Amino acid sequence: MAIKTEPFILNMGPQHPSTHGVFRMKVTLDGEVVVDVEPVIGYLHRGIEKLAEGRTYTQNIPFTDRLDYLASMTNNFAYVLAVEKLAGIKVPERVEYLRIIVAEMMRISSHLMAVGFFLNDLGAMMTPMLYMFREREKLLDLFDMVCGQRLTYNYMRIGGVSQDIPDDFLPALKRFVAEMPGFIDEYDQLLAENEILLVRTKGVGVLPKDLAINIAASGPVLRASGVDWDIRRDDTYSIYDRFDFDIPIGNVGDCYDRYWVRMQEMSQSIRILEQAIAQLPEGKVCADVPQLLRPPIGEVYGHIEAPKGELGFYLVSDNSISPYRFHIRPPTLINLTALKDMVIGWKVADLIITFGSMDVCLGEIDR
Amino acid sequence: MTLLEQFQLWLASMWPDWAAYITPAIVGILVIIIFVLTMVMVIIYFERRFMARFQIRLGPNRCGPEGILQPIADAIKVLFKEDIVPAKGDKLVHWIAPIVVFVPILMIFAVVPIHKGAILVDLNVGIVYVVAISSLSTVGIYMAGWAANNKYALISALRTIAQMVSYELPVVLSILGVVLMVGSLSMNQIVDSQSIPFILLQPLGFIIFFLGTLAEMNRCPFDLLEAESEIIAGYHIEYSGMKFALFYLGEYGHAVAYSCIITTLFLSGWRGPLLPPIIWFLIKIMVVFALIVWIRSTIPRLRVDQLMAFAWKCMLPMAVINLFIVAAEVLWLPEVFPWIMIAVNFAFACALVLLWSKLFVLGGGRVEV
Amino acid sequence: MRFERYGVGIAKGMALTLRNFFRPPITLQYPEDKLVISRRLRGNELVWYPDRCTGCATCAKSCPQGNIEIITHVGDSNNYVVDKFEVDTGRCMFCGLCVESCPYEALFMGLGYERAQYRRGQLVLSKEELQPSDIRQPSGYARPKVEQTLPRQSLLINWDKEKEEGGQKLSPLPMRKRRKGNGL
Repeated sequence: MAIKTEPFILNMGPQHPSTHGVFRMKVTLDGEVVVDVEPVIGYLHRGIEKLAEGRTYTQNIPFTDRLDYLASMTNNFAYVLAVEKLAGIKVPERVEYLRIIVAEMMRISSHLMAVGFFLNDLGAMMTPMLYMFREREKLLDLFDMVCGQRLTYNYMRIGGVSQDIPDDFLPALKRFVAEMPGFIDEYDQLLAENEILLVRTKGVGVLPKDLAINIAASGPVLRASGVDWDIRRDDTYSIYDRFDFDIPIGNVGDCYDRYWVRMQEMSQSIRILEQAIAQLPEGKVCADVPQLLRPPIGEVYGHIEAPKGELGFYLVSDNSISPYRFHIRPPTLINLTALKDMVIGWKVADLIITFGSMDVCLGEIDR
Repeated sequence: MTLLEQFQLWLASMWPDWAAYITPAIVGILVIIIFVLTMVMVIIYFERRFMARFQIRLGPNRCGPEGILQPIADAIKVLFKEDIVPAKGDKLVHWIAPIVVFVPILMIFAVVPIHKGAILVDLNVGIVYVVAISSLSTVGIYMAGWAANNKYALISALRTIAQMVSYELPVVLSILGVVLMVGSLSMNQIVDSQSIPFILLQPLGFIIFFLGTLAEMNRCPFDLLEAESEIIAGYHIEYSGMKFALFYLGEYGHAVAYSCIITTLFLSGWRGPLLPPIIWFLIKIMVVFALIVWIRSTIPRLRVDQLMAFAWKCMLPMAVINLFIVAAEVLWLPEVFPWIMIAVNFAFACALVLLWSKLFVLGGGRVEV
Repeated sequence: MRFERYGVGIAKGMALTLRNFFRPPITLQYPEDKLVISRRLRGNELVWYPDRCTGCATCAKSCPQGNIEIITHVGDSNNYVVDKFEVDTGRCMFCGLCVESCPYEALFMGLGYERAQYRRGQLVLSKEELQPSDIRQPSGYARPKVEQTLPRQSLLINWDKEKEEGGQKLSPLPMRKRRKGNGL
């Protein structure tokens, strides 16, 4: 006689240790097996898109910090690039280099967080996360030195950056760039061959290549599925075409590949940093831009390769001091739409790690 | 003759029979409770400081010199917390569950020899008693998970039952290897016969027993029932205050108990040169516990189907093979050359671990729903 | 999935954690042991020099939150006299745009970061509270001249250098350090 069983609904979040913020999942479980997932978002909604319509172009920069608060610098970068494209501003050479240096530092920092919390979701009791926090702390110290804060940098300005780097910044960064490959090797020693990590992540939460393209996924999630697409190379912005770097591609699209792609991207960011430090020219750090910028009537979509994927800003100008429309394309919101297809049929524990391996940031999803 | 029996005889020469019978029992029980509570405090502090250093932190260092009063501060805090019972929970079961978890753990210590003759009762079936009693707390955990009327707790409770039942078998089979060599089930006899620690004579048995006990006391990498990142705290998610403290005590009491049993079975108990036996015993407990903490701070958690596969496909066959090997050796190998046995057993252990690494498949994949 | 490497990967990981066990901890014991903060720190307060302020309210215009309240009247020598200059630091997000926009270097970010209060009202800084004092020092954010006078920031990356050289000396046994004060 078959035992009568029935699925039950488990409400995960918004208060849950591994939902990375205030994400809620209505999970239908059949025993341990996930039958259905319904993501519920909006607990962190602050209406940034609407708020931005009432503020000047410069005043919106601090708000972009609050989108993906683990990668504020790239948010700034994407926004100022969009505004510069809209207003047709040419930025000085030194600014381009400074922006790329801080953006790549930000990418390392964000990936460290992503991998650390992914391991925490796997149940590794904080240890890999705290090792990664050690390296992230070094980067945050440097960001603090440049722009006076550790999380919400507000560093870039339209036409430049707010201040030049101080003189003890470059020696410290050079030391970081020299030391970091050693630490990446250490993480590999701790994680890459760990059998339990392998059995937990290989083949789990697979995002197939065609599905990844269909949902417009981007960033490490897309590249782990085997799609060779990186905006830094394929739609070059700023001066990324001057640097020599590889784009790591996964082949299966499982949690392990996403982890692996992030680890490889950190090494590539180190390479870009080395080249950028060597080429850094002297010069002005801000172009001459009026304090109250009035871009010509028009619309623009500027996008960059943020650590989590393609971060885009769609701006419409009506020749006033504030944008008429300010739309954000958050990478993780769009990556998250694949969550249901990736986890159905797996266990609860796989749901958690698949979600963790997508590296979401709720500040960006809810805006 | 144990120390308590000598004490009882001495009392019987002065006091009436009933008093001489009851007093040593009460003294023994008090000593055990004090020993367990102090040890739990010590290992909680030890674990937090030790793990902090693995994670390049400092750990608690504020309360008292070097933070040694931190467990006491935690205990006081938890005592003053409000005791909340879920409105739709099963109140009676919710109240009984922590006791059912904690009491069997205290009872394990009745048969742990911490010194020559220092044992509450020298049961002739000591190790069977340990196995029987230690599985009782599973019932308490299941009760807690059920009574809370919480789905996370229920998942945890179901995981508990599956995990405990699966890991009991390899643990018992690896104990049988030891029992075969000793020829007795008494804990005292087991210690007495270990002129060479059994970890050398039975490396495979030790590995199986150690991993099995890790699963039994819900330690990493088998801490599925309180998996913080998945089901938050599992069965004690709805507990607070003193009841939660009992679970906490139970968890660490379990760790102490199993450290004691590993020490007794495989590390020759209180025996050791130079230092007094009780010191040797404590040192060995701490070494075993340090190993547990080290594993906890390094390794991620297994998934539930992988956990079950590990028990049934890997540990159980290996434990059976180990039992046969030991039995054959006890029958046919002369006892005068233990070194031959050590070499043979290490060779077998390596061969089996390599073979199983190649052979067995850990857990299933996606389920069609 | 199989354990194809016979547990070698786990052993490697355990070796790494053991190696880190003997490394000095990177945490500092905060109230007793403080790091030298960034010269450009945007601390949780603003510092205002009334003698330099002309009451032009550029800072108020540049604030994204509309958080700076300035009321002025025309004084005797045809200048603005500031009657009220108030910042609600509970709403402020310390972006520093007001400091950057001030044309007369009258407004600075502060170096203080220990400003927890019991009431929200205490977070509103009035004209008197905003002025510099011993505990309220201006930071070098967007003010290169002030920046040069401040001590060098201690960095974790320079973990082998002393604090004075811009490092954060880590010692293997920091618990041996005597703690000052009578904190528990």
